[in-house]
Amino acid sequence: MSAPAEAAAFLEFRHIWQEYGPHVVLENVSLSVNRGEFCTLVGASGCGKSTFLRLLLGQESPSRGRILLDGAALAAEPDATRGIVFQRYSVFPHLTVRDNVMLGLELQAARVVGRLYGSAKRQARETAEQMLASVGLTHSMALYPSRLSGGMQQRLALAQALVMRPRVLLLDEPFGALDPGIRRDMHGLLLDLWKQTGVTVFMVTHDLSEGFRLGTRLLVFDKLRVDPQHPQAYGARITYDIPLNQDRRAAVLDALPPDLVTQLSTREVSTS
Amino acid sequence: MRLINRVPTPGLRIGLALLPLLLMALIYLSASAQRHAVNPDDKLLPSAAQMVTAVQHMGFEQDTRSGRYLLWADTGASLRRLALGLGLSAAIGLVFGIAAGTLPLFAAPVSPLVAVLSMIPPLAVLPILFIVFGLDELSKVMLITIGVAPMLVRDLEHQALQMPRELLIKAQTLGANTWTTITRVVLPQLLPRLLIALRLQLGCAWLFLISAEAIASTDGLGYRIFLMRRYLAMDVILPYVAWITLLAYSMDWLLRRLTARAFPWFAESGK
Ligand SMILES: Nc1ncnc2c1ncn2[C@@H]1O[C@H](COP(=O)(O)OP(=O)(O)OP(=O)(O)O)[C@@H](O)[C@H]1O
Ligand SMILES: [Mg+2]
Repeated sequence: MSAPAEAAAFLEFRHIWQEYGPHVVLENVSLSVNRGEFCTLVGASGCGKSTFLRLLLGQESPSRGRILLDGAALAAEPDATRGIVFQRYSVFPHLTVRDNVMLGLELQAARVVGRLYGSAKRQARETAEQMLASVGLTHSMALYPSRLSGGMQQRLALAQALVMRPRVLLLDEPFGALDPGIRRDMHGLLLDLWKQTGVTVFMVTHDLSEGFRLGTRLLVFDKLRVDPQHPQAYGARITYDIPLNQDRRAAVLDALPPDLVTQLSTREVSTS
Repeated sequence: MRLINRVPTPGLRIGLALLPLLLMALIYLSASAQRHAVNPDDKLLPSAAQMVTAVQHMGFEQDTRSGRYLLWADTGASLRRLALGLGLSAAIGLVFGIAAGTLPLFAAPVSPLVAVLSMIPPLAVLPILFIVFGLDELSKVMLITIGVAPMLVRDLEHQALQMPRELLIKAQTLGANTWTTITRVVLPQLLPRLLIALRLQLGCAWLFLISAEAIASTDGLGYRIFLMRRYLAMDVILPYVAWITLLAYSMDWLLRRLTARAFPWFAESGK
């Protein structure tokens, strides 16, 4: 069945399987996501959420199936179209806060030396400083990341990823190690940045309330079938796909075909 | 208070550090004095005065035959060989270690080879070096390089592989290609680790240097010690050994300071 309407989706997973030897992690996952959506991914530990992000990042290729970004096959290795923030190790310890954000601008513009000089450098510096101001790190720009608190490091990682203007932003439990107060601040910051940039976000979280609060769409990963003798024989699928926060989605929804909107809304009713 | 929780004050720490050295000096001097009481010509345990005279002779009087100040000439020759050998090793270690640690296609043939090569006892190939490179400077530098470089390659490869995978992925999402990933992410993070690896190899480097100088040389600290052995000149040998120890210790200290100075982020991250 080839449906022409499908080709319009921004990001599309078609019957994705991911297997490591006999271990099936993801089983026939299909999903299409529109530009500017904020997808939160939840599910039991080890069910394949990070695997899903790795596929989307191009760090791994699916065993079966295809992933399309704007109708074209996704590049098979990480590149500047997809930014990522990990739970840890997202920033470079040997660069100051400012240089961490400038690095991407420099790498992008200078393919051979990886550095900018003169006015180009000043310009990159300004861009980086604006980005840092928007995540509230203006006063820490000359520090090395090891001097930053966990929350500051994650803000830096966000700034570093977003300064590249990626089309898709992947977040793997970015706030997992932060305490609740800082987490709430980070939520506000992330939503602001998302609204400003219109980037499509995929965020893995173990905190269901976080998933509900932030997302415009909550994706639940779970195994539909379990063989007690061979727990690895069946993989996880997206068992619930719940639209959320309609008010925030309004701008996005205007751009969607009406039939899809009704389809998404009815699904929400049927699951909640 | 439990013993594991008792920490010396800074003053006490210095005192305790000096204590064993002072004790050793004391034991030596009393033993030397005892032997000199029995036999004033004793050469085995020279007195402090004898050693001072010997140092005066070696370091501050021109040698009658060559017209050189031997201690400084020996030191210069040895340090030059050491610097060349270590510099060459560091360059090889960086290039091959980083290439093997970041490029799986390069590591596949190279890292098993280096693992095998590093097991060859360097002194066993010293005769080959003398045959191939002749008896002069090159063979001594090569011995140090052959002894030290494989260790550095392996260490840096290991360190490169130890780097969190996330950082390499992150660099790619920031638009880095293979070359800029290496020059802007891997290399800067491995430089302080290279200095640490060099510090750990200093002892080996001195061992190889002195061995090569002892076997075939006409100057150098190792040459002098082995030459003096023929005359049982302990009054020269002991100060030379102390001098070598001081040089090695200073090099270690300098490398440590350099690491802290040049890579403040490294000291801060506490690794
Ligand atoms: N390269 C690999 N080789 C073999 N098995 C793997 C590999 N990567 C992941 N797995 C397996 O895939 C399963 C899913 O891993 P994944 O990291 O995606 O889970 P997750 O949902 O992110 O879990 P968590 O919530 O704990 O982070 C795990 O059982 C893991 O052991
Ligand atoms: Mg995970």
